Amino acid sequence: MTEPVEETAATTDATGSAPEVEATVATTTADAGPEPIIRVEDIGIDFQGRTVLDKIHMNIYHGETAVIMGGSGCGKSTLLRLIVGAYRPSRGRILLFNEDITDLDDKEMDRLRLRFGILFQSGALYNSMTVGENVALPMREHTDLADDIIEIMVKMKLELVGLRDFGDLMPAQISGGMKKRVGLARAIALDPEIIFYDEPSAGLDPIVAGVVDMLIMDLSKKLGVTSVVVTHDMHSAFKIADRMFMLYQGNVIAEGTPDEIRNSTDPAVQQFITGAPDGPIPLRMSKTDFAKDLMGE
Amino acid sequence: MSENRMTAFVAGVGARGKGFLLYVGGMGCLLKESLYHFFRMVFRLESTSGSGSRNLFTQMVRVGVRSLPIVFLVLFFVGMILAFQMAYVLRDWGALDLVAATVGVSMVRELGPLLTAIVLTGFAGASIAAEIGTMVVGEEILALETSALNPVRFLVMPRVIACIVMVFCLTMLANIVGILGGFTISVTVLGLNPESYYKTTVDYLKMQDLITGLIKSIGFGGLIALIACQEGLRVSGGAEGVGKATTRSVVYGIVAIITTDLFFSWIFFKVL
Repeated sequence: MTEPVEETAATTDATGSAPEVEATVATTTADAGPEPIIRVEDIGIDFQGRTVLDKIHMNIYHGETAVIMGGSGCGKSTLLRLIVGAYRPSRGRILLFNEDITDLDDKEMDRLRLRFGILFQSGALYNSMTVGENVALPMREHTDLADDIIEIMVKMKLELVGLRDFGDLMPAQISGGMKKRVGLARAIALDPEIIFYDEPSAGLDPIVAGVVDMLIMDLSKKLGVTSVVVTHDMHSAFKIADRMFMLYQGNVIAEGTPDEIRNSTDPAVQQFITGAPDGPIPLRMSKTDFAKDLMGE
Repeated sequence: MSENRMTAFVAGVGARGKGFLLYVGGMGCLLKESLYHFFRMVFRLESTSGSGSRNLFTQMVRVGVRSLPIVFLVLFFVGMILAFQMAYVLRDWGALDLVAATVGVSMVRELGPLLTAIVLTGFAGASIAAEIGTMVVGEEILALETSALNPVRFLVMPRVIACIVMVFCLTMLANIVGILGGFTISVTVLGLNPESYYKTTVDYLKMQDLITGLIKSIGFGGLIALIACQEGLRVSGGAEGVGKATTRSVVYGIVAIITTDLFFSWIFFKVL
């Protein structure tokens, strides 16, 4: 379980840039950083009269890996979409790179979008393009690089995720885990400052999930990028996180380092960590009485 | 009718009317944005004009070239059927040679553009709606947006322009193939003279017949693509949503084409 971490550290040492990267991470994690790179201020969002998220407040600092966790349907993917500007909040504001994105028009938002990358739950590869074309697309569309340079860059990005030889295949010809890795290569195509991950280990076997975790840590350490990971996989969350936020019923109920979360006395947090079937987070979602329902009353 | 039911009826009509206006408005916005990005691409105002033209070319092949056999087959057969049906009436009047005129005029003014558009609604419209709908479900559209790539420039514009251009081109070819279908039956079954058939066709066909038909084809091409793209982009609810969008794009497409055809025919009848 700790092997990928050790491997990452070894690789980082080999690059010769470890002291610098470590220093950056050390000085900017948690409350040590002067300005958060992402600031979420009391946001809330309603869908069809139902409040999905309310009074969410969080700061994420340069270079850290922040994990947002919570059960299915707790609003964590919605929160991610709010932060990347795909949805507009009903209340509150979100500052990305010190700019209030709730005030920005599409053009100004597009300028910010070039500074972050997203790995979607399904990989979201463009199915009509080859793996290589998927990774090349952001570079073709947003830079003036010549085709042969882009080709080299694509190989470098695919090599980072271990799939250099698969550039000519179509997304339909590769497995789910490989799609996620290609999605990651595409997300880092423009060397973003922040990478958002939506359920990176969902639907993957433990080995591939471990590989994806290792890639997240690797990118964070090697490139110094800020990572925001939305997940309900506790094993992966504790492995990669510098700081964790726990969402429950549309609110942040706990925030802290992995150790602080592990030692939290909040019963909902403990139930989530231990995976107990029933507790403050109820197993049964039905509001009507079971016996009465069976009797048709 | 009780007061409550009356209120519900009026509210229902109002909601449908509002929905219709929003739908047409959405298509108008897609058209406006598509033309904006098309002209920016043509005049090289965007750094990505190269990939835009590649996209457009791919869609033109998909819409126009791949549908050629089915459009030719349908129009050739319709030309043949038309020759039989016209001959049935005209031979009683001793005017069998006018089969050429009726086939030519009805094909160029009406059936060429209309049938080409209807075939393409099923051929291209359905596949565009299904493709874009699947991209919505697979988060590909969200991925485009969050990569600062405008889905209208990237997906809608090439499909709208390709449909407009290719329906126009296919209609011209379909007119010829339809007339050839009528010619084949007239010469082989009805015993008409090939030369006089050709001469009658040319004599009766006017330039305005051709132009009105081609103007209609431009409108039909735009409608097919705009309805299909709008349906695709509005998909929600997974595979079932994609299926519904595909069906709706064909049904709405055909209804819109026939309605627009009636509108055009009325205007051309009054003006020309």
